[in-house]
Amino acid sequence: MSAPPSEQSFAGSVASPGLALGPIRLHVTAAAASAIPQRTPAEERKALEAAITAARARLTELAEVSDPMAAEILTVQIAFLEDSELAAPALAAITGGESAMAAWRAAMNEQIAGYQESDNAYFRARAVDMIDLRDRVADGLASKTTAPPPPTDAILVAEDLPPSRFLETDWSCYRGAVLMQGSAASHVSMLARARGIPMLIGLDADLSALADGAAAVLDAEGGCLIQHPAAATLDRCRQRLARLQADATADAAFLNKPAVTADGTRVQVCLNVDDPAALESIDPAACNGIGLTRSEFLFFGDTGLPDEETQFQTYLRLLAWADGKPVTVRTLDAGGDKPIAGLTPDQETNPFLGQRGLRLSLARPEVFRVQLRALARAAARGPLKVMVPMVTVPAELNRTRALFQEVAKDLLAEGFEARMPSLGMMVEVPAAALAIATFDADFYSIGSNDLVQYVTAASRDNAAVADLYDPLNPAVIELIERVVSHGAATGREVSLCGDMAAEPKFLAPLLNAGLRVLSVASASLAQTKAAVARCTLSESG
Amino acid sequence: MTLEAKRAAGPGVVEGCVQVTHPIGLHARPSVKLTQLAKSFSAAVRLRVAEEEDWVDAKSIVRVMALKVKVGQSLVFEADGTDAAQAVRDLVALVERNFDERAAE
Repeated sequence: MSAPPSEQSFAGSVASPGLALGPIRLHVTAAAASAIPQRTPAEERKALEAAITAARARLTELAEVSDPMAAEILTVQIAFLEDSELAAPALAAITGGESAMAAWRAAMNEQIAGYQESDNAYFRARAVDMIDLRDRVADGLASKTTAPPPPTDAILVAEDLPPSRFLETDWSCYRGAVLMQGSAASHVSMLARARGIPMLIGLDADLSALADGAAAVLDAEGGCLIQHPAAATLDRCRQRLARLQADATADAAFLNKPAVTADGTRVQVCLNVDDPAALESIDPAACNGIGLTRSEFLFFGDTGLPDEETQFQTYLRLLAWADGKPVTVRTLDAGGDKPIAGLTPDQETNPFLGQRGLRLSLARPEVFRVQLRALARAAARGPLKVMVPMVTVPAELNRTRALFQEVAKDLLAEGFEARMPSLGMMVEVPAAALAIATFDADFYSIGSNDLVQYVTAASRDNAAVADLYDPLNPAVIELIERVVSHGAATGREVSLCGDMAAEPKFLAPLLNAGLRVLSVASASLAQTKAAVARCTLSESG
Repeated sequence: MTLEAKRAAGPGVVEGCVQVTHPIGLHARPSVKLTQLAKSFSAAVRLRVAEEEDWVDAKSIVRVMALKVKVGQSLVFEADGTDAAQAVRDLVALVERNFDERAAE
């Protein structure tokens, strides 16, 4: 009985990399709460109304401190709670003798099922918002509103985490998170990466196998959660954490200096942005501008496609942050591993080779034009650059340019300030890399994640072929060299914005291939600059 | 897009029909706008999808979203009360203006 529990390891997928050590904090919803004593129907009714009012107040508070995109999701949820129709069936059941908890859950489950059954991906996805409302009110009913004291340095473990829950979580109390469900492409994974919170998703375990308060190691490098780690495991983890900490401290010294190799070559290091909220903590002086804005974040919200004004304001915010430095925005790169409800095709057998990126944008001009209009308006206000993803043949780029020019002309005719920005392309399809000289782009940005995947025909998320997914495969390096030398010969900038740029061991081969512009996530900025400083270029480079 | 506001059933009852053009249909943000506008009238306002029979209260976001209206479907509004004509006119106009969003221009 007193023997210590033995170490257990559960595999999961890395949604946001890192390493953390701490007690497990199970996020348990009211579903598992114990039965509450029966009260009179009038009391049950009052309890439910109070729980709804409390949930509404909580969401309102949250909406006030959230960024506009998140606030919009919350506004819709609040509108639901304010609608007396929401609780009407539950109140009727309470009058019929049911407990508030049972009545509320049954009523909400019916709503949720209604959305889950929809043949439309957008409405199916709304079920998540309804589940959140169900659980919030149920938590209140179970008197869970008096939350346990906040943990310190814990690992949050939950079945899933809707954006509203992520946003209200005080992440200073947590070192990382583990979700039983979740997808790497989900909004929550993106938020975790932007904030540098280690996160595993799709854990191969049942929530009941994990104990609240148990010591654990969250290894979001190797991809596992270790419960009750043995002394040796703990030691290894502590050593690794100490090394990571020491490295981070050493790297931090390079953050505000220009990136220069050991033998004096200047390298530009730009930022990848997938959530503008993450920019708040970064000084624009520490980078050479924004090399990649993944505009998908605008489209992942729960309130539908973003309108022109929302997009325009967001692009202006990026320009204001960059303070005169260039801001590169990539047009919507939906599809592949980034489905967007109501937009991306539902039934593709091979989405990575399907209608994704620019292919989808050109097929949906009514959606594409909105983004191009917002971009053309923003381009009149600062050094904005625009690039398009998944270009395969020159005709796609030419069609984009024609559409862009048309949109800019329309805007001017409507009395808006607008400008045709510098139009570049992502180089990630091997056909485009091979025939690069046939593409009349203003600049080229190599998307190494997809380029490596397409050149090696090996998926990024399949462990069985992980050894084939090799960014240093000579075929990949040859294509990168090809693009760089075409850029140099024609005076066009070439940058690289995939994960490869942020991995120190790939840096020397990239610089030796002639690349001088990199774009990395904010969390990798200091580390990349430090790695550049350690690099000595070879004679041939 | 069609707009036909006409006198229907009773003396104070007005009806109007309009097609939804937003690419993902009557999604969350427009539903909020629609119900808020409906609530600003004293008339009772109900709503149904043109090819279906069930009416729902246009002032209830729970009911309106549950219709799961898709692009291309038409909505029928029916209002009953002193400001019924104004209510139908304004609601149809809101849908025609694509809820003041630009996504489907």
